[in-house]
Amino acid sequence: MPAVQETVDRVRRVDVDQYRYGFETLIESDKAPKGLSEDTVRFISAKKSEPAWMLEWRLEAYRRWLTMTEPAWARVEYPKIDYQDLYYYAAPKPKKQVSSLDEIDPEILKTYEKLGIPLREVAMLEGVEPRPGEADTARRKIAVDAVFDSVSVATTFKEELMKAGVIFMPISEAIREHPDLVKQYLGSVVPTSDNFFATLNSAVFSDGSFVYVPPGVRCPMELSTYFRINERNTGQFERTLIIADKGAYVSYLEGCTAPQRDENQLHAAVVELVALDDAEIKYSTVQNWYPGNSEGVGGIYNFVTKRGDCRGDNAKISWTQVETGSAITWKYPSCILRGDNSRGEFYSIAISNGYQQVDSGTKMIHLGRNTTSRIISKGIAAGKSQNTYRGLVTAHRKATGARNFTACDSLLIGDQCGAHTVPYVEAKNSSALFEHEATTSKISEDVLFYCIQRGLSQEEAVGLVVNGFVKDVLQQLPMEFAVEAQKLISISLEGSVG
Amino acid sequence: MSLLEVKNLQVRVEEREILHGLTLTVNAGEVHAIMGPNGSGKSTLSHVIAGKPGYEVTGGEILFKGEDLLAMPPDERAAKGVFLAFQYPVEIPGVATMTFLRTALNAQRKARGEGEYSTPDFLKKVREVASSLNIPQDMLRRGVNVGFSGGEKKRNEVLQMALFQPSLCILDEMDSGLDIDALRVAADGVNALRTPERAMVVITHYQRLLDYIVPDIVHVMSKGRVVKSGGKELALELEASGYAQFEDAA
Repeated sequence: MPAVQETVDRVRRVDVDQYRYGFETLIESDKAPKGLSEDTVRFISAKKSEPAWMLEWRLEAYRRWLTMTEPAWARVEYPKIDYQDLYYYAAPKPKKQVSSLDEIDPEILKTYEKLGIPLREVAMLEGVEPRPGEADTARRKIAVDAVFDSVSVATTFKEELMKAGVIFMPISEAIREHPDLVKQYLGSVVPTSDNFFATLNSAVFSDGSFVYVPPGVRCPMELSTYFRINERNTGQFERTLIIADKGAYVSYLEGCTAPQRDENQLHAAVVELVALDDAEIKYSTVQNWYPGNSEGVGGIYNFVTKRGDCRGDNAKISWTQVETGSAITWKYPSCILRGDNSRGEFYSIAISNGYQQVDSGTKMIHLGRNTTSRIISKGIAAGKSQNTYRGLVTAHRKATGARNFTACDSLLIGDQCGAHTVPYVEAKNSSALFEHEATTSKISEDVLFYCIQRGLSQEEAVGLVVNGFVKDVLQQLPMEFAVEAQKLISISLEGSVG
Repeated sequence: MSLLEVKNLQVRVEEREILHGLTLTVNAGEVHAIMGPNGSGKSTLSHVIAGKPGYEVTGGEILFKGEDLLAMPPDERAAKGVFLAFQYPVEIPGVATMTFLRTALNAQRKARGEGEYSTPDFLKKVREVASSLNIPQDMLRRGVNVGFSGGEKKRNEVLQMALFQPSLCILDEMDSGLDIDALRVAADGVNALRTPERAMVVITHYQRLLDYIVPDIVHVMSKGRVVKSGGKELALELEASGYAQFEDAA
């Protein structure tokens, strides 16, 4: 059998067994009544003991949402979603009021252990403690916020971060404890009226992470959030808000998994980043939601709005994403380059297999002078999947000296998948300089045979070649996660989880 | 028992028969040269021994150390000691040569039930071998064959041979794309690997290569068969009189 054919067949056999995060945690949960109405919004707001202004904000979004229609321009197909047939809020039922990690439902802790996410700070320290004499001690630590269905269950290293002045907490807490910051920034990058899914999120979001790094502070450790959808028929609508004040720096990573279900689950998140003068935010995603089975049944609809605003001069925002999961991905992490000399970056690896559909890319909106942006996108399509890069690069009339470099590479495995590149480029002033490069290639049988002749199995050969293909992007991930991501990439394509 | 026994091998590519009953026996310690004009089936033979997809074996057999080679997938053949030095080694962008070497070596060792090399042991070994072949460390950090010159690509093949220590090396048109100096370096590397346990099959169009890698036995192939075998003097005879005399014999 020709090598590529064999790979294709193996890839085709990928089914639910191979999604290793597909287990379900049996815990009692507290749900809102099914369906969406003003009452649902009020229920969620009340559950979170929110102030009146927040409820008003949500209701305004809800009313706006009623007037909107679902976008249909992306290259994805799915049956009509019945928004009244979903639960908009599910929380693990607490046995009692939780005040420390020891009081969290052990079933939930076990879930995170299975996912390989240590919530216990001690374990974290042991795992990554540097050798004596190694200077950068604190930077090796990773603070974790874990969101289970709609609720944040644990945030680690909170106190240590507080000492540095960094606020890292569930957004539901931030609304109560830091209302001024939330009021000032929430919805300031992705307004409640932005788009159908973002508006829906604004009405019903239940939790997510909030980060504020004060002026001149370099966040002493990596921050990360792990999202887990557990409940059946539940949408997850998390909301993340990260603010880097003047001269601040923060690196943040999110990871996502879900149990395998034969119905589709909706995930409509919103992430807003604000970088003020000279600030830098690095946001990395390793997205591994359940992709559905080999027949294309089940899987997560990942309809996400992510946007960063370089609000100050010399600000920098960098998005890195490794997208391997979800039945459908609709996501365009973008940068508004408002401040002069600000910089936006987008590094993406999007892998689709089976019947997965990916429509992803970025928007670089150059508004300030001498703003620069860089887009490196690597799409890999296998099985019967469709993989689209969709990107917008635009320079405003006043954005003199704007620069962009874009490189989109697509790799096809097999002959039943598709790769598409849809770049939109608009320059409204004559000094803008935009470059766009794109390639599409099929994985080469000769290269695979060369590797196999040297003793690699078919899977190892594909994994090696693909990892080489995406190397430029992998290098952008924080070191702790690069190895993980590399393994995940091989697994998503192998069809055989070791 | 011979190391490699090819018996009456018949091979088709897309309905066309390329090898019509080829027989070849190679013993440990021997170096065989296979010569022949373009289209005589030399490269097909090397590909079928290594297990390249796209060839259909319609008759005959290949035994390697007494085992049925055709029944094994190509990676298993590699682990058992079959090495093919490619005429045109491929480029693998983004995969550092060092990473590739370690992944391949450990895959072979794992398949044989041997332990994987630790990083320091591996690095020591690879540096030793590389310096003996005049391969700079910088080349090991670059993507596999990416931006390598013709000579560097072939030296990289010899490096792998030295590292994996296969019992059968097939060198497919090793001289193609090499100038005399580069050829000499690569040939020296190959000669250093000649041992009583290892056999080599050198496939070449020109006699020139055999000045540097001197064979024990020379075979002439024409139209999918071995038409004449003899000592190293046969190669010189061919150089003088050409392949035409064998066209009728086939």
